[in-house]
Amino acid sequence: MAELNTGGGDGKGKKVRSKKSNPGVDLTAMVDLAFLLITFFMLTTSLSKPQSMPLAMPDKDIIDETPTPIVEERMMTILIGKENKILWYMGRFEAPTIPPTEASYGKDGIRKDLLKNVKMAKASAQRDGKPDQGLVVNIKASDKASYRNLIDILDEMAITDPQLYAIGDITLGEIDLLTKTGLY
Amino acid sequence: MAKVKISKKSTRIDMTAMCDVAFLLLSFFIMTATAKQPEPKPVDTPASTVLDKLPEEGVATITVGDKSVFFTIPVEIRKTTLQRISKQYHVPFTEQEYKTFESMQGFGVPVNQLKGLMKMGVEKRNEEGWQKGIPYDSVNDQLSDWVKFARQASKENLEQRINDGEKDVKMKDLDIAIKGDAKEEYPTIDRVIDILQKQKKNRFFLVTGLRDENF
Repeated sequence: MAELNTGGGDGKGKKVRSKKSNPGVDLTAMVDLAFLLITFFMLTTSLSKPQSMPLAMPDKDIIDETPTPIVEERMMTILIGKENKILWYMGRFEAPTIPPTEASYGKDGIRKDLLKNVKMAKASAQRDGKPDQGLVVNIKASDKASYRNLIDILDEMAITDPQLYAIGDITLGEIDLLTKTGLY
Repeated sequence: MAKVKISKKSTRIDMTAMCDVAFLLLSFFIMTATAKQPEPKPVDTPASTVLDKLPEEGVATITVGDKSVFFTIPVEIRKTTLQRISKQYHVPFTEQEYKTFESMQGFGVPVNQLKGLMKMGVEKRNEEGWQKGIPYDSVNDQLSDWVKFARQASKENLEQRINDGEKDVKMKDLDIAIKGDAKEEYPTIDRVIDILQKQKKNRFFLVTGLRDENF
């Protein structure tokens, strides 16, 4: 769009007058390009920063002489099975206070149960006069679980905020239970 | 009666200022952008709602995908880590090879194939499927050595910097991040976590993507 002056040609015998050319250059295209590049760099820089989830595992070597007693009704165990399915129960494995229940991931699945259990454990702790305590969750992933499942459950922990959670090793009895319910 | 004259104004506006600003911003973004390094193992990380950012530097990353494990060491301790590995496995490296190793983003080969890997060009090196991963089984646990030596090298590096009187340097253990593929089976991840726990490295990061709570 920059105007070009092709002066001369029509002037016969006239004085050759140098035409004043317009000093402004059309910047539209340049600005277009600049903004396009800005958009590109803005989007790529902010999106490439990875998120992270800090994870603390218990110390392996120290065998606690006096294991901290956990009240059974505040202990929840989550078993991660195959095909994105979960089995959870409250209390001890031999005598659960809430029998093993199947659940799925997401806000309509395990989160509802978790929120309910967190509330229940809080109430139970209040009754015992220990208001700082709450639900203790033990996460046990079977060999059929995927990494995504583990992250999903850890994510639920971050959302529902129980007092304590840990990743534990699955026992043979629990694998049997998963097999029986068709989740292993 | 005088006619109301509509003065014809030029539709053009002066774009000089806009152009200036646009290019200023452009140069800013170009300078702050970090080019994406080619990775030998691109993985699809699972998403989470946790908003913590991964520390930008001083993080060693263990990438896990398709049952193979890759390791990325922070640039400043790459050389010293390799020196320790070289001593442990009795594989001498030349000065040139140390340089190449420093420029390598991540790698996933057993120690005895490292020399071969360094001879290749960047393109060939990061070709998918060429690097088979660092051995991490209990018989030949090289990953454990890499992590151990990287932590030692990081400690030494920090000590050195503190002794040199550098300020704002705090003594801390090397941060380790696990970057796993979403579809990776749990036993592989469990094994990697196990290796870390055996070295009393109980705190680490899991690299994730981002999502909202309504999944």
